[in-house]
Amino acid sequence: MKHMTRKATRHVNQNEGLIFEKSSAGKAAWKLPPLDVPEVDTAKLLGSAERVDLGNMPEVSEIEIIRHFTRLSTWNYAIDLGMYPLGSCTMKYNPRVNEAVARVEGIANGHPYQPEKISQGALRIIKTLSECLNEITGLDAITLQPAAGAHGEMTGLLMVRAYHESKGNARKKILIPDSAHGTNPATAAMVNYAVENLKSDSRGMVDIVALEAQMNEDVAALMLTNPNTLGIFEQQIHKIADILHAKGGLLYMDGANMNALVGKVRPGDFGVDLMHLNLHKTFSTPHGGGGPGSGPVAIKKMLEPFLPKPVVIAKSDGTLGFDYDRPQSVGRVRAFYGNFGMFVRALAYIQANGPDGLRQTTEDAVLNANYIRKGLEGVYDLPYSTPTMHEVVFSDKIQAKKGVRTMDIAKRLIDYGFHPYTTAFPLIVPGALMIEPTESEPKEELDLFIEAMRSIAEEVEEDPQTVLDAPHSTRVSRLDETAAARKPVLRWKP
Amino acid sequence: MRYLPKSPADREAMLKSIGLRSVDDLFAPIPSEYRLNRDLKIPRQMAESEIVDFFRQRSRENGDGYTSFLGAGAYMHYRPVIIDSLISRGEFLTAYTPYQAEISQGTLQSIFEFQTMICELTGMEVANASMYDGSTAGAEAVMMAVRLTGRRSVVVARSLHPEYAEVLATYATHQGMPLSTVGFGDDGRLNLKELENSITVDTACVLIQSPNFFGTIEDVEAIADVAHRHGAMLVVSIAEAVSLGIIEPPRSADIIAMEAQSFGVPLGFGGPYCGVIATREKNVRQMPGRLVGQTVDKQGKRGFVLTLATREQHIRREKATSNICTNQALVALMVNIFMTVYGKVGLMELAKQNLAKTAYAASQFARHGKLLFNDAPRFNEFVVQTSEDPYAIDNRLLGHKIVGGLPLKKFYPELGNASLWCCTEMTTRSVIDTAAGLVAESERSVRSAKEEVEEVAR
Repeated sequence: MKHMTRKATRHVNQNEGLIFEKSSAGKAAWKLPPLDVPEVDTAKLLGSAERVDLGNMPEVSEIEIIRHFTRLSTWNYAIDLGMYPLGSCTMKYNPRVNEAVARVEGIANGHPYQPEKISQGALRIIKTLSECLNEITGLDAITLQPAAGAHGEMTGLLMVRAYHESKGNARKKILIPDSAHGTNPATAAMVNYAVENLKSDSRGMVDIVALEAQMNEDVAALMLTNPNTLGIFEQQIHKIADILHAKGGLLYMDGANMNALVGKVRPGDFGVDLMHLNLHKTFSTPHGGGGPGSGPVAIKKMLEPFLPKPVVIAKSDGTLGFDYDRPQSVGRVRAFYGNFGMFVRALAYIQANGPDGLRQTTEDAVLNANYIRKGLEGVYDLPYSTPTMHEVVFSDKIQAKKGVRTMDIAKRLIDYGFHPYTTAFPLIVPGALMIEPTESEPKEELDLFIEAMRSIAEEVEEDPQTVLDAPHSTRVSRLDETAAARKPVLRWKP
Repeated sequence: MRYLPKSPADREAMLKSIGLRSVDDLFAPIPSEYRLNRDLKIPRQMAESEIVDFFRQRSRENGDGYTSFLGAGAYMHYRPVIIDSLISRGEFLTAYTPYQAEISQGTLQSIFEFQTMICELTGMEVANASMYDGSTAGAEAVMMAVRLTGRRSVVVARSLHPEYAEVLATYATHQGMPLSTVGFGDDGRLNLKELENSITVDTACVLIQSPNFFGTIEDVEAIADVAHRHGAMLVVSIAEAVSLGIIEPPRSADIIAMEAQSFGVPLGFGGPYCGVIATREKNVRQMPGRLVGQTVDKQGKRGFVLTLATREQHIRREKATSNICTNQALVALMVNIFMTVYGKVGLMELAKQNLAKTAYAASQFARHGKLLFNDAPRFNEFVVQTSEDPYAIDNRLLGHKIVGGLPLKKFYPELGNASLWCCTEMTTRSVIDTAAGLVAESERSVRSAKEEVEEVAR
């Protein structure tokens, strides 16, 4: 390696096979208490429904399980190890007090059907979080039921459809900018709306002229991410809202990038009618290797009758309860009340911050992105010079001349001790490098990142093969994804 | 703010290097009339100790210290300690979707093991990396069957978890998927004759749950026969995963939509849980959600990657099999560790204890109350019909710090004063005896009141 890295050093890590390869009959990691009721004759009770063999399920001891998963864990990169600048994913610090309070007995073990009078604690948590999120978004009401962002999008569009239906015309299509997340069009299809693409202008924002031309009474809503996936705030946002509203359409905001706005500006104040939040992004609940998420949808008053049921309400005796009597509701989108454990964590995060902390958080997130932009401008191509909010998008245009693409630079970044940025997204930037540092990075970590990215740019000029062959320091080198898809092996077999 | 790693001097230096004078300059792109010039009206910044106190207080208001007979899609099983030890490792907790396989092999291999164990337990050939929960997994499985068969209508068992049925109805509304319902017989099982009459040439699938909402184990083979004879698929929902330890899995199903909460996931007032879809290999390209596959690296070393992504929203956009992106990975890891701890023998022994406790409880309740659906096997739930309103009985049980069965009036008014009781390995004989005793007392007092009335009438 020509350029020594300052952030990471290789060290030995343990090999580990699949758990099934460690199994042998008679080993066990469990022990049940003695049965205090009479034993049963399972064959007699169950007849032909009785199962007699569990196939290839493993038999291992407790220490083997601890080592197995601990060894596996050391093969992962994580926020706890360092900067994880995946754009649009908001990989911020996950506070540990969140985890502690989610495990307090009555919160961890509350049953969703226990009587309301012994559920006041959970209901209070739902109500308090709802009030905080309404205030943060500047909207009037909210549902916490959706289990993730995409699920929130679906819930939002169901409400959009119900709203238009109540006016006598469900309308036909949803406008979606070409820079949008893939979940937006996929969601529109699930709610049976046609998708119409909306192009961006030369500054990376919604093309107002195009929007005006495309907007008509067939458009149910525009799904807009703001700041958009280029990290750019839609400066004409009020005009966008006006164009939609003039023709009776609604403005849906994808809140994936809400970390750029909390405490500084409220979507409800700039014309948004409804939006989803990602508690696992903006509100610090852990990403967990791909979930659980939580995707509350905040709405303006006129959409309230359509909220999924049940809705938490204060009753006349002052206690809280669930209201199921909602004749105009879009129905349920999930059993029970949503990912409650994530509500607990998000509320703990809001409490730890308070209004001043949340504002400072947003300022630091935007400061960090701009610091990186400044540090890498000129070294990497910046396709849009419009000001950056919480994330910055470069392209691989300069490096592509040497045959090095965004994915190669990403893989090389791994050798420098960082998780890569988001590659090849948004689609409107060919060879995109989408970088979102979040507020959780100290200046030192940002400096190391900039240094690493600059060093890779130099390598591309001097020795592109090193970059093309990266990563060099990982347990496995680049994996054959084509083979994996062509002949899928999706489970272990003896 | 204690989570923010910068001093005022750091911020100053960074602003200077960017060439800005103040933080406000960073927010210049936001039109000034929309900027918030006041504090958010939310609770003030709290110390960690205050936050812990706040949630301890909420915990005390939330059934802390009660023993419960509630099941109905959310089950109280023992969670081995090592689950939380392991999932608390930052490398699992604070990573995201394993897009960069070289530095995500831990998550990827663990999902591959999860997929394998779900296949072993369900008798299916492929399983995905997780869905939000059992209810949404059911709805997505049905939509998958619609795509696979090219047919549109769906027959749903009335003994499916009522909230799963509501979720399916929501998903189906705008998909042009007509739903019809098939009732249950006196044994609690799906009414086969009614099923036969409900299926048409447009039926994409039959959706049942087994053990069903009443705890009754369905005759899956017979139902599969009817469905398949009409060219429809059979989708089986499993809400109580522990049943797989002792109940033959629905091998004749085409798709299984499962809720794995029972495998080591806290009740948590209803979530986060862990849905899973499992199916036959030939159906995999219509499957929603993430899939992990085995492959090799440039040196031929075994490794794992996310695969068959061309089904997914980030590639196919509006033509994707689903809009699902973030799923329930960390919860799937809990499930994975639970399945590993209990394994081949433990899961069966655990299921047997559930069966024994429930058989005992059912026999105790049957002595004084009326037990419904006795002519078919059940797993760990049973339905008791009482003379008195079950809400009144439950209220009395609360005084003994016991949460009684779930009154079924809301979902099944035709069953009258019925409630659904659940026992797991955590339910002790003494609490069963106490609860059965209180129900017996209620029966006796209703009976003697009735006798008194009759006597007066005479």
